[in-house]
Amino acid sequence: MIALANPARFSAIAEKILPWLAGATAVLFAIGLWQGFFVAPADYQQGETVRIMFIHVPSAWLSMFGWTMMSIASLGVLVWRHPLADVAAQAAAPLGAAFTLIALVTGSLWGRPMWGTWWVWDARLTSVLVLFLMYLGVMALRAALDEPSRAAKLVAILTLVGFVNIPIVKFSVDWWNTLHQGASVFRVDGPTIHPAILVPLLINALAFTLLFLTLHLLLMRTELMRRRLRGLRLRAAESGA
Amino acid sequence: MTPHTGYIIAAYAFAAVTVISLIVWSLLDHRAQRRALADLEARLGPEAAKPNRGKK
Repeated sequence: MIALANPARFSAIAEKILPWLAGATAVLFAIGLWQGFFVAPADYQQGETVRIMFIHVPSAWLSMFGWTMMSIASLGVLVWRHPLADVAAQAAAPLGAAFTLIALVTGSLWGRPMWGTWWVWDARLTSVLVLFLMYLGVMALRAALDEPSRAAKLVAILTLVGFVNIPIVKFSVDWWNTLHQGASVFRVDGPTIHPAILVPLLINALAFTLLFLTLHLLLMRTELMRRRLRGLRLRAAESGA
Repeated sequence: MTPHTGYIIAAYAFAAVTVISLIVWSLLDHRAQRRALADLEARLGPEAAKPNRGKK
């Protein structure tokens, strides 16, 4: 971790890891899609629409994973002042927003045939919509502030305040009476999904997670370049180059 | 084909378009920053290529 605190060293290590991560992501997606479409059977209640779950559930998990990652990075900004913490938080925001949007849209496309409605204002759906708006909010706040260190602190505070919504998203189905079904994978008494559907779901979840991590590393490297570019331009302007 | 095939195709299409857009945007942004940085470092000379350790 100490070695990774150096942005240049982090960037060099990330450059070596990225092709392997990208390759593993592609392989897992190929296996996941094959399992999801050709191996997993139709569900006895959902029928063929269960196949939407193979993209909806991983996206929904990543929507919470992204904000949790940003919250840990925000602690890094405010408490430990880690040089890469703000870069990590900034890189995770568009990814989290994209996967939250996928979760919302695919959930709606599943809900129409299964529930008979595209949308209901129940606690789970509403809290995920709030999460999506929060992602847009932190990106807008960062874009609106010119001074990078001030932007980092304000975004970190907003992110940590917004973390309150993560347990609300997770436990909304337990705390309130929702149309959205309760947890069926991460349960104290074990998953309630048949292995024929659970295995493809977990493979796809791993593929989506690796995709998130691959893009996160790439965006972190890009942001480090952008910041170095900004620094060099300032130096060049000061020296009159 | 089932009565719900359209919903399944729409869900996968939306996810695919979003993920591919994200990948393309990430790669294009990365390439643009890398080129801009390389150009500026070349213009400023070898001193600029050293990591910026801040002013003493």
